[in-house]
Amino acid sequence: MDLFAQQLVNGLTLGSIYCLVALGLTLIYGIMEVPNFAHGHLYMVGAYVTFFAMTLYGLNYWLSALLAGVVLAVLGVLMERIVFHPLRHAPASNKFIAAVGAMMFLEALARVLWGSDFRSIPVIYDKVFTIGTLRITEQRLIVIIAAIFLMIALNLFLKKTIIGSSIEAMAQNRDGASLVGINVNNVAMLTFAIASILAAGAAALAGPIFLVFPSMGALIIMKAFVIIVIGGMGSIPGAVLGGYVLGITEAMGASYISTDYKDVVAFLVLILILTIKPTGIFAKGVR
Amino acid sequence: MAGQKKWFKGSTLLVVLFLLAALALPQFVSRYYIQVIAMSFIFAIAVYGLNLMEGYLGLLSLAQAGFFGIGAYMSGLLTLKIHVSFWLALPITALLTAVLAVLIGFISFRTRGHYFVILTLCIGVIINLVIEKWESLTGGVRGLIGIPKPSPLGPLTFNTLESQYYLVLAFLILTVFVMQRVVNSLVGRTFVSIRNSEELAATLGINVMANKLLAFAIAAFFTGMAGALYAGFIRFIGPDVSNPNLTFEFLLYLLIGGQATIAGPIVGTLVASGLTEGLQFFQEYRMVIFGALLMIMVKFFPWGIVGFSKMLWSKYQKHFMKKASEGTATMSTAKGGEI
Amino acid sequence: MILETKSLTKNFGGLTALNHVDFQILEGEIVAIIGPNGAGKSTFFNLIAGFYRPSSGSIAFMGKDMSNTKIHQFARAGIARTFQTTHLFSDGTVMDNLIVGYRLKTKMGFWDAVLHTPRAKREEKESRDKAQKVLEFVELSGVAYEPVSSISQEAAKRLAIGLGLISEPRLLLLDEPAAGINHDETAGLAKLIKKIQGVGITVCLIEHKMQMVMNLADRIMVLNYGSKIAEGAPREINSNPQVIEAYLGGGEHA
Repeated sequence: MDLFAQQLVNGLTLGSIYCLVALGLTLIYGIMEVPNFAHGHLYMVGAYVTFFAMTLYGLNYWLSALLAGVVLAVLGVLMERIVFHPLRHAPASNKFIAAVGAMMFLEALARVLWGSDFRSIPVIYDKVFTIGTLRITEQRLIVIIAAIFLMIALNLFLKKTIIGSSIEAMAQNRDGASLVGINVNNVAMLTFAIASILAAGAAALAGPIFLVFPSMGALIIMKAFVIIVIGGMGSIPGAVLGGYVLGITEAMGASYISTDYKDVVAFLVLILILTIKPTGIFAKGVR
Repeated sequence: MAGQKKWFKGSTLLVVLFLLAALALPQFVSRYYIQVIAMSFIFAIAVYGLNLMEGYLGLLSLAQAGFFGIGAYMSGLLTLKIHVSFWLALPITALLTAVLAVLIGFISFRTRGHYFVILTLCIGVIINLVIEKWESLTGGVRGLIGIPKPSPLGPLTFNTLESQYYLVLAFLILTVFVMQRVVNSLVGRTFVSIRNSEELAATLGINVMANKLLAFAIAAFFTGMAGALYAGFIRFIGPDVSNPNLTFEFLLYLLIGGQATIAGPIVGTLVASGLTEGLQFFQEYRMVIFGALLMIMVKFFPWGIVGFSKMLWSKYQKHFMKKASEGTATMSTAKGGEI
Repeated sequence: MILETKSLTKNFGGLTALNHVDFQILEGEIVAIIGPNGAGKSTFFNLIAGFYRPSSGSIAFMGKDMSNTKIHQFARAGIARTFQTTHLFSDGTVMDNLIVGYRLKTKMGFWDAVLHTPRAKREEKESRDKAQKVLEFVELSGVAYEPVSSISQEAAKRLAIGLGLISEPRLLLLDEPAAGINHDETAGLAKLIKKIQGVGITVCLIEHKMQMVMNLADRIMVLNYGSKIAEGAPREINSNPQVIEAYLGGGEHA
């Protein structure tokens, strides 16, 4: 039971990170039908920005995270303009190939600029809370709470602001949105900016717990894809639910099944689901 | 069909030149380059598999490195652990990889668009993880060391680098021959029709599923074969041979050379390794450049070097040879211009 | 009788798009399906072409039940169709399209292709010859080697019909063959359809151009709100009060 509670906390921490990354991915997919394979690498850049802001410039943790958000928002918009906007009418596989190119580019650039070493964002919040035998580090609590905070903020933005609701409208119906006068270009850029900010948030939160290295985005992006396929590509609640479910499943799988194969679980689940239902669980628009 | 005939003659000349150059090559370059070019040939074989799927069938399979890894490990284990002859291990490996592809195909071809790409990627990742984690069989991250050289085939031995180079070249030629025959037949036309419109193909009585499975099996057969050749040539393998990043490299080679063309994979692979060698002092920047190249190619030259040359050539024909009024049928299998 | 539907029904969610339709298509005739928009014409069409599975009821083609048959097997059984928005293989030439259209009549596989077997050679030639014949039949020989992206709308319509014909079907389904072409071209197309009937192929079409239907069809079925409201020769349909009401009541003038 203790192990279970401990793994639940670990799962929630991991799940929070997955949620934030998957949310960005699903927003971009929902709005622009771009499977942004490079999204995990934006997450990686976010981690590096946080790391250097803290270690080189001695910035406070939260300011560093904010800076990472700003830098990534710009990077996200650039990516949309340079890489995906020109391919908006291209076939599905071309967008995928471009995203793969962006991914290779970012990872290699990180290697050139920052080396292949593993780094770790300094832990500021190092208190440990104990409840019975359950031990929770302060940083993990921060991850869980901050992620929820970010998700609520996103939700408020989408529901309560005009531009936010136009994003939602567009996620539901692209052509319809351009008909009712929503500026498709602005929405696309804004979506990329928001998704990138979420990735930066995830990176800054995860940085003190996990390691920072150039290919850190590769595995998380694949997990995020698994999450959004399971949760329905383009679905926001699906990404949140899927993120937590996957995080907890992995944490449990690691302690009750096998640490070696914990990463396999996610992909096996996806294959199983698509075998049974080739259009995903929450497919919309059935013929 | 005058246009096609002319192009065919031109390309025959190029093929002959390429073969002569490939045969003579070991006489003129250092061992290092023989090694590099032999490696390119091995990768090119795998890229032909990807070309059949993405280029002709229009399905981007990202499980290709998985098949390459399975080929390498299966053949490596057969020859190393139970001392099966390379010449038996190779066909067994290629066939089993094809069978595996058919099984995977039954699942994955029911999905469409991005789902297919993501699903095949996940399959590639699983293959990679299993190879890495199944230590008792695969040696885990240490990999397999001391895989035997290809055993002699009658009077032919493969102890020298040159002989291994010719061995790899022979398999490349076999691959290109088979691909060329398939692609230029009614079977290849059927694949292209599925790329164009699955719905219309099915309406015309084409069994889309069966054709996809066939193409996937052929692609996996050659990719597995390439893996087996790699194991016999390099003689030590690690889990990296099945890493999805390798699939991305294959994709890069294909895009540079030109998808849905017969020369594309070999041209792309050679040009990319040429660039890699040429950028030696830029080694660190290699993937930065290639990543950028991929993004640029897919937007501006989605048909690659070969497709681009073909287009120039057919324009040239139209301009200067007004007799060719029947137009050229050569572009019929290449992907449409504005994509 | 070549095709028979019995109590054919299709529901989408809670909506009944087609409601217990009994219909027969007779060998060698030209039969048209008309009705106001949303009457269920396309649903009916997609059912007998194998694109939808019936919710209930049955379809029999030459006495064989087709309710659970896959799309590609409809073509093999002898039912060919065209689409409302002309659907062609956009990367190829006119000739390329037709050659692929003949694929179901050829049997060559992987080994035939690799080994250039006599069968492969024979079938390649056969496909070309057949494509030539069909090109002549639909009067497109002049553009045989043009990419389909560069041919006219009318030529595309003819090619789509050619694609249906090349597999030598018993029944050809035409979904609004005259949509989007002008008056003269429509007349030409009507002539082509007559010619198709002339070589013994049964034709069933959906069409909005009423004049064309009245001149062309041997028999007409009228659908409204998913149900069959009338069936008969053009003259009978013209004076059927239910039909007149359906068209006037529906607010749509054909």
